[in-house]
Order: sequence, then structure tokens, then C-alpha cells
Amino acid sequence: MTAYIVRRLFSTIVVMAVVAFVVFSLLYLTPGDPAAVIAGDIATDEDIQRIHERLGLDQPFLVRFGGWLGSLLHGDLGTSIFTNLPVTQLIAQRVEPTVSLTLCTLVVAILIAVPLGVVAAAKAGTWLDRAVMSFSVLGFSVPVFVIAYALILSFAVELDWLPVQGYSNLRDGLWEWLRHLVLPSIALGTVYVALIARMTRASMLDVLAQDYIRTASAKGLAPNQVLTRHALKNAAIPVITIIGMGVALLISGAIVTETVFALPGIGRLTVDAILRRDYPIIQGVILIFSAVYVLVNLAVDLSYVFFDPRIRY
Amino acid sequence: MATIAPPIATAKSVSPTWRRFHEAFRRHPTALIGGAILFVMIAMAIFAPWLHTIDPQQVFPIKRLRPPSATSWFGTDMLGRDVYSRVIYGARVSLVVGLAVALLSTLLGLAIGLVTGYLRRLDAVVMRIMDGLMSIPSVLLAIALMALTKASMGNVIVAITIAEVPRVVRLVRSLVLTLREQPYVEAAIASGTTLSLVLLRHILPNIVAPLLVQGTYVCGSAMITEAILSFIGAGTPPNIPSWGNIMAEGRSLVQIASYLIIFPGIFLSLTVLAVNLLGDGMRDALDPRLARRM
Repeated sequence: MTAYIVRRLFSTIVVMAVVAFVVFSLLYLTPGDPAAVIAGDIATDEDIQRIHERLGLDQPFLVRFGGWLGSLLHGDLGTSIFTNLPVTQLIAQRVEPTVSLTLCTLVVAILIAVPLGVVAAAKAGTWLDRAVMSFSVLGFSVPVFVIAYALILSFAVELDWLPVQGYSNLRDGLWEWLRHLVLPSIALGTVYVALIARMTRASMLDVLAQDYIRTASAKGLAPNQVLTRHALKNAAIPVITIIGMGVALLISGAIVTETVFALPGIGRLTVDAILRRDYPIIQGVILIFSAVYVLVNLAVDLSYVFFDPRIRY
Repeated sequence: MATIAPPIATAKSVSPTWRRFHEAFRRHPTALIGGAILFVMIAMAIFAPWLHTIDPQQVFPIKRLRPPSATSWFGTDMLGRDVYSRVIYGARVSLVVGLAVALLSTLLGLAIGLVTGYLRRLDAVVMRIMDGLMSIPSVLLAIALMALTKASMGNVIVAITIAEVPRVVRLVRSLVLTLREQPYVEAAIASGTTLSLVLLRHILPNIVAPLLVQGTYVCGSAMITEAILSFIGAGTPPNIPSWGNIMAEGRSLVQIASYLIIFPGIFLSLTVLAVNLLGDGMRDALDPRLARRM
């Protein structure tokens, strides 16, 4: 067990090192002079030279990478070209809306998707099953910002039940905070619900075909008990895996959702950075989001032991 | 001297793959619907100039933000451009990007996956790089690439392809690893077949079907990524009408001119839905074992 955790931690470090290397070397791999692209069309030669020095493009690649990695390990993500503020500080200011949005979505999506998948599997072949599956195909196909605008137009503009845009801090009141998160969470969560429901159904169908399920039913257990206690727990591992992998969808979707609903989060910071071609911010955001994603999936891997006691690493 | 009997007329043979396709489409009429929608979209993109459209870039300052009417079916935008024409022409961007990314990433993923699946020493290095790339959410990776290059459709295609390739490599590699343990592959190797011939003749034909299905899903996800990139200003340049661009321009006008968002949104969703339905149908046709589960 300990050996497994150590090995898994080590491979996580390797993956993060590769991520850091990729994010860093993109600056060098892209064709043309990145400083000129970042500076934009109306830049003077001095502007380009300034960005050159700022990004250290005139130094050898490995020297620069070593220095960058060193400061990264000290928690320094560099300085924004546009605002001259440290990237860590800029990101820290924007954490709350993004964490609120993604956590709300994650919790609500799991609470909706898993029962949907279980019901679809229990009633496989019926109209209920078909409805869940159709919803899941739709959820995969309608992009997050299309759902977001459909929600805004119907629930905020037409019915006027919820705010169109904006964010309210948690310390200014729980109710306002929630009201501002309802529509963004539904928009962001749809594809995630589709993904989890589909996997839950598939995994449950596999388990429901097992002998011990027939035994459990035959000895007279209530169908609900068979479903939750015997089937769901054994079907959990693929579902948990897809929940972890789906976090990538949440992160990508959060950038778009924050743009549509004008939430002042990390996604909004990223979009502003793109428009100003502020590459250090983009670099920092990618590193942090990728680290979150990698750590979530590490936690998922380690949780297998809890869901399947047979697993002994 | 015995005469040679004339060959018995054989029943017109249909390849089993083709029959399975036929069977699956019969069982899944939704795949047919998907195919039909996609066909209409492709026809629309090709014949855009003849579909009652005007120049999608032509500006009419006196006709700004007119709601949908008999003359401009989908209304006009803040520069007075005809939204109907822009949406019709926008199909070209989505379809070209979707198909190009699907084609490029399957070919590239196939090449890398075949080689790494067979060469142990290369495998470790390449797969660590792929793991790293896959740890970066694909939209973010594409954003980073677009932030460092000039906005153009070619660069959008390259950026999305780079973000999609690792997943294809994963799939191909896992298939190769399973296939190379098969007795017929071992037999081929034992009888002295060269490596390239083993890959080409024994491994490749068994990879085509799952790769085709994966390619369809890549196509759908690439269309969504292109729209997302254009929507947040890191995609197709604004002088080319794409569904993402039209929606980006409608972003601040959603409360007064919602048709700027609604029409491209419907077309984009329909096209991605069509591709996904087609993909589901193909998966069922090509992998009957999986079909019963998903």
C-alpha cells in the first residue's frame, strides 16, 4: 500500500514536470517571434525588445527553463506583462468565484447524475432509460455557452427569476451567493451530468448482470436495497474514475461560463489575458489548473482502496 | 480428359463489416438522422453563395440590429451585416475545422501510437509526454497555443489537433498492446514477417474501426473547441464569420438582440449532435459488445 502510494506520487511529480516543460517550451516551439506576437501589431521595436528581456527569450533555453522552474518551486509564477503584478497574486484574487462555481457544479452534478444513471440501468430499455440516454447525447452536443444563453434568456430575461450576470461574495450572504450561482452551475454542469449518468448506467448494467445480484434478489432483499447496497457500491469505480477525468471538462467549461455570466474568476482572468496577450498569466493558469486536475485524479486512484477492499497495492 | 466444371455462381458476397453497418443503422434510426443532418450542413456549407445569401462581410450602417424579418431572416448585427448569410457561411469554418482536426489527429495519433506500441524504449518517453499533455485540459492547451500565434484558421486547426492527439495515441497504443499478444501476430513474427509488414497487414486493419469511431467524436469535440476559442477571442479571426465569432459579437447585446446568439447556437448544436449520433451508430455497428452497454 505505502509502496503504491509512493510510486503513484512519484509518477504525479513526473507528469507535473512534463506539464511544466510543455507549458514553458510552447514559447519556443511556436513559429515566429513570440515577443512580436505578444506585443501586437502596433508595437515598436523597443516594446518587442522589452518583452524579449521580460520573458528571457535572449538567454539559452535550458538556462531559462532552470531559472523558471526554480522560481516556480518557490511559488513564483512570474509577473504579468500588462499589469506588472505577480501572477500568483492576480490568480489568488480570483480564486473564490471559480472555486464556488466548480464545487457547486461538481456536487450538484454528482447528486443528479448518479441517481439518473442508476434509474436508467434499473429500468433498462424503458422510456425512462431512453429519456436519460437522449438527454446525455444532447448534453454532449450542446456547447456550454449555448446552454448558458438559453438559461439567461429564459430564466433571467423572460421570467426575471434570477440575475442575468455577476457574482456575489459568500461573505455578503449565502442566499445572494447561491442565486448568482444557480444558472452558471446548470450551464456548466450539463455536460458533466451527461458524462457521469452515462458511465453510471453502463457500469450498473455490468454489475446487475452478476450472479450475486441475482442471489441478493432471490433471498428476498428489496429491489432498492439490491440497487444501492449491492450494485451501486460495486459499480462505483468506473463512475469515480469518470468523475475525476471529467474535472477537465469543468475547468475548460468554467472559462466559458465565467465569460458568459461575467463572474470575476480565474477563467475571466484568462480571457482578459488572451486579449492582452499576457502570456505569463496564461502560463500560470494552465499550471494551476493542470495541477488541480492531476491531484484530483491522484485522489481518485487512491480512493479505489475504499470502494473495493480487494484492491491491495 | 475431364472437363473442368464451370465455377458455381456464388451469392453476391457482402462484407461482414458492411452488413453490420447496415444492421446498426436499421436498429439505430438516430444514426441515420445524424447522417442526414450532417449531409444537409455540408451541402449548406458548399452551396452557401446560392442559398439566398449576400456577402456576409457587407456592412449596412443604416440597417443595424434589425430583428429577424422577411428581408433579413435572422436579423442584422451591430454593423448591419446579414446574420442569415453569416450563419450559413459560418458552417464552412466549423465543418472544415472539425473534419481537418479529426483527420489530422487520427493520422498523427495512429502513426505515433503504432510506433510506441511496438518500440518499448520509445514507449516510456512518448507516453510520459502524452500523459503530461493530457493533464492540460484541451481547451486550455489550445488557448495557450493560440495566444502565441497569429489568429488564423490554420493555427486553430493545429492548436486543436495538438490538444486532441494524445487521446488518439492512448487508444491506438492500447489496441496495439492487446493485438501484439494475439497468436496470429506471434505467428506472423515467428514466420519472419518484417516489423513494418506486421504493423501494416496484421495490426492496422484491426485498429481502423475503433479509430473511425474515435475520429467522429474528435470531430464533434473539435467543432465545440473551435466555437469556444472564437467565443473567447482566441480562435478564428473576426474577419471570417464563424458560429463562435457571431456569438462572441452578440455577447454584450444578448438582452436586446438575442437572435445573434440563438441562430448560430442552434446550428452549432445541431451539427455537433449530428456528428455524435453518427459516432454512436458507428460504435454500435463496429463494436457489438460495447453497444449493449452504452
